Amino acid sequence: MSNRATNLLVPIISVILGLLVGAVIMLVSGYDPLKGYAALWNGIFGDLYTIGETIRQITPYLLAGLAVAFAFRSGLFNIGVEGQLIVGWFAAAYVGVAVELPKIIHLPLAILAAAVAGAIWGFVPGLLKAKFRVHEVIVTIMMNYIALHVTNALIRTVSDGGDRTGNIYASASLRSEFLQNLTEFSRLHFGIIIALVMVGVMWLILEKTTLGFELKAVGFNQNASQYAGMNVNKNIILAMVISGAFAGLGGAMEALGTFEYVSSKGGFTGIGFDGIAVALLGMNTPLGVVFGATLFGSLKYGALNMPNAAGIPIEIVEIVIAVIIFFVASGYIIRLLLLRASAKKKEAK
Amino acid sequence: MEYVIEMLNIRKEFGTFVANDNITLQLKKGEIHALLGENGAGKSTLMNILFGLYQPEGGEIRVRGKKVDISNPNIANDLGIGMVHQHFMLVENFSVTENIILGTEPTKYGVTNKKDAAKKVQALSEQYGLNVDPNAIIQDISVGMQQRVEILKTLYRGAEILIFDEPTASLTPQEIVELIQIMKRLIAEGKSIILITHKLKEIMDVSDRVTVIRKGQGIGTVITAETNPNDLASLMVGRQVEFTTVKGESFPGEETLDIKDLVVLDYRGIEKVKHLNLNVRKGEIVGIAGIDGNGQSELIEAITGLRKVKSGTISINGKNVTNMKPRKVTESGVGHIPQDRHKHGLVLDFPIGHNISLQTYYTKPISKSGIIDYNKINEKALQIIKDFDVRTQGPSELARSLSGGNQQKAIIGREVDRDPDLLIAALPTRGLDVGAIEFIHSRLIEQRDKGKAVLLISFELDEVMNVSDRIAVIHDGEIVDIVTPETTSEQELGLLMAGHTNQKKAQDLTQKGEDQHVE
Repeated sequence: MSNRATNLLVPIISVILGLLVGAVIMLVSGYDPLKGYAALWNGIFGDLYTIGETIRQITPYLLAGLAVAFAFRSGLFNIGVEGQLIVGWFAAAYVGVAVELPKIIHLPLAILAAAVAGAIWGFVPGLLKAKFRVHEVIVTIMMNYIALHVTNALIRTVSDGGDRTGNIYASASLRSEFLQNLTEFSRLHFGIIIALVMVGVMWLILEKTTLGFELKAVGFNQNASQYAGMNVNKNIILAMVISGAFAGLGGAMEALGTFEYVSSKGGFTGIGFDGIAVALLGMNTPLGVVFGATLFGSLKYGALNMPNAAGIPIEIVEIVIAVIIFFVASGYIIRLLLLRASAKKKEAK
Repeated sequence: MEYVIEMLNIRKEFGTFVANDNITLQLKKGEIHALLGENGAGKSTLMNILFGLYQPEGGEIRVRGKKVDISNPNIANDLGIGMVHQHFMLVENFSVTENIILGTEPTKYGVTNKKDAAKKVQALSEQYGLNVDPNAIIQDISVGMQQRVEILKTLYRGAEILIFDEPTASLTPQEIVELIQIMKRLIAEGKSIILITHKLKEIMDVSDRVTVIRKGQGIGTVITAETNPNDLASLMVGRQVEFTTVKGESFPGEETLDIKDLVVLDYRGIEKVKHLNLNVRKGEIVGIAGIDGNGQSELIEAITGLRKVKSGTISINGKNVTNMKPRKVTESGVGHIPQDRHKHGLVLDFPIGHNISLQTYYTKPISKSGIIDYNKINEKALQIIKDFDVRTQGPSELARSLSGGNQQKAIIGREVDRDPDLLIAALPTRGLDVGAIEFIHSRLIEQRDKGKAVLLISFELDEVMNVSDRIAVIHDGEIVDIVTPETTSEQELGLLMAGHTNQKKAQDLTQKGEDQHVE
C-alpha cells in the first residue's frame, strides 16, 4: 500500500471505528445510535446557526492548541495554557469594560492585553525552568490555580462584590452584525480570523525565522544547541512567553467575542486542557492544530444537541465523544494494523 | 568441517537501495569469524538479517545444516544466536542480574526469583572468567564490565553463536586486551563468534577467518593467517590505503591559542584541569595524548565556552576569550569537532542540511533580518555533502539516519568550511573505518598546511603519533610533557600518560618543550 493511501485511510478508519464503538455504547445503554448520531450531525451542520456556533466553539480551541503545540515544538510541556487563557480572558474583559475608546484603538488594545497577560503567565514558569531547572509542568499546574483564584478575586473587586463584570463596550467587541446575520444570529465573531492568522504566525515563526530554528533545535537537543552558540535559557523563556501569548489570545476570544464579559468561575474552563489533546492530535504542527481544533470544537458543540434531540443523557454523550477522539488519537495503532495486513498480503503472494 | 551458520547469497533491498547483494558468510564451529567492511558497507544489515530483525529478499540461511526462516529475534534466540550490541541495551539503575533476566524473569510462586538467577549468573560468570558481580548496579560499573553483562545476557539465554557488533569501539586499551581473552575463552568452551569490526589490528589478533564486504557486495573470505592488514584494507576499501599519514614539514607561525595557568572544575566541583599551560601556533597540529578522564573534556569545554573557567586565561589570536559565550568563541575563529557527535555535534532529529548550518543559520547570506532562506541552507548542505563525500540521500534526510562515519564527515565539513583559525578536533575518528580515518587525517593536515592551528585530542596513540607535529601529554589535569613524534615512542608516551615521569628525561623534555614555546 502506498504511503499516501495509508495517510488517507488512517483517519477515515479511525473515525469510523470511533463511531462504531460509540454506537455500541449507546445501544448497550438503551438508546438509538442512529438517532444519536443524527442529532450530533444536526448539532454541527444542522443549519447556519449551528455552523456559526460550531466555528465559534473551534476558535478558542485553535489558540489553546497552538499554545500547547508551540511549547511542545520547543521541548516544553505547557500544562498552564488553561491558566494563561483565564488571565487573558480577564485582561481583555477588563480593558473592554474599564475604558471606552475608538474601536480602532480599543479592540487591538484589549486583544493585546490578553496576549500580554498570557505571556506573563508563561514567562514565570519559563524563567524558573531556565534559571533554576524547575520543571515547567509543576509550575504551570500551580500557575493555573493561581490564575483561577486571582482572577476570581479581581472580578469581585472590579464588580464591587458581584460575580461578573459588566458587558464590554461595543468598541472592544469582536462580534459583527455581518457574521451574525449570515448565521441566523449565532455568536460567531471575528475571532476565528485572528485564530487562523495566528496559525499562520506560528508556521512562519517555526519554519521561516532564525528564532524558530533555534526553538526547534533547543527542543530536540539542548546540548547541541548550546554547542552551536544558541542561548538555551533565552529560548526556553521565549518559547513559554509566545506559547502563553497564544493562550491569552484564546481567552480574548471568550472575553471579546463569545461572552463579552468575564464571570468568576467555580472551576477551570477545560479549554486549555483540551488544547493538549488538540495539539497532540495535530502532531504539534500548525495545520494539524486546525484539524484537531475542528474535530474537538465540532464534537463538543454538536454533542450539546444530543440530549435534546435524541434524549441521550449528557454523560453517555460525553463518553461517546471521548471514544471517537480516543480512536482518532490512536491512529498509530490503526496504521500498525494496516501495515501488518499489507505485509501479510505480500507474503501470501 | 561443520558449519554452524551459513548465510548463502543473501540479498536485502531497501526500496531501490541494495544494502546486501549476494553476500555469503559461513561460520565454522569454534571459530572467530571477522566480518570486515567500511561504515555503511552493509555489515549491520547482514547481522540484523541473521538476528531476525530484517527479512532478506533473496538467499538462504542454514543453522547447523538445516534451512531456517528467522522471522523475528525470538527465533534467533531459540536457535542459539545471541548478539552483543555496540550500544548496550541495559537499564542503568537495575542490577546486573535484573538486566540479564529482563524479559525472561524466572518466577517462584508468582514472584520474580532473583536469588536463583543471581546464582546462575555467578556460575556462568565464573565458567567464562568474566568476573562480574551479579548484584552490582549497571551505572556503577565500567563500560568494559557493562559489555560483559551483555555477553552474560546472551550466554544466560543459551547462545551458542555470539555476534559482537563493534565491541571495542568504546573500550580502553586495557579493556580491549581483556575482551580478547574473554573471546578466546568463549571459543575454548565451544562457542562460535562473529566479530563485526573495521579495526584491522583486532582482526589480525583474534580472528581465524575474515569475510570482507564492500558497498553491499560480498568480496570474499580469507584465512587470517594468510593475509596482512594492508591486503585486508585494500580489500575493504577497494584501493590502496596509506596507514601512516603523509605529511610535509610544519612551518609554525605565531601563537593562535594560548592557555595560561588554566584551572577548570567539573560538574561536581572537582579540579579537573590544574594550572595548565599550552599553546598552539599557526600551521601546526598539537596532539593531546592522555587516558580518558584526565581533564581533556574539561579543557576543550573551557576553550569553547561550554564550561566556566575558574582561573587562568585563554587567548585566541591574542584576544582574551576566557569565559566568553560559545557563540563569541566560535565567531573569534574557532571550529570544534566535538567528542560526542550525538550529544553535542548534531541535532539528530534535524535534517542533515539544518545541521550543516547549525552555527551559521543566523548569518548572511543564509538569513536576513531574522528570516531564514532555506534554499541557501540546502545549497550549503549540497556543497558540503559533495566536498566531504557525505553519503546521504540529500540535505533533508534526518541526521539520525546517517551512518556514524557520514555524520562525522558532515560535522567536519561544517567546521572546516567556516575556515576557523583554530580547529579543535576531539576524538575525530572514533568508531570510523580506515578509509574515513585517512580522509579525516588528511583534512586536518590540509588545515595545518593552510596555516591554521589544529588541536587534536585523541585516546589512540597511533593517531597522535601520526598526525601531530607536537604531542602534549596530559595527566591528571596537567601537561606533563611536550614531545615530538620523531623523538618519542609509544612506550614512552604510554608511561607519561600513566603519570610515570623519568625525572632526568622529564627535565630534558620540559626543557625542549619550553624551547619550543620561545621559538
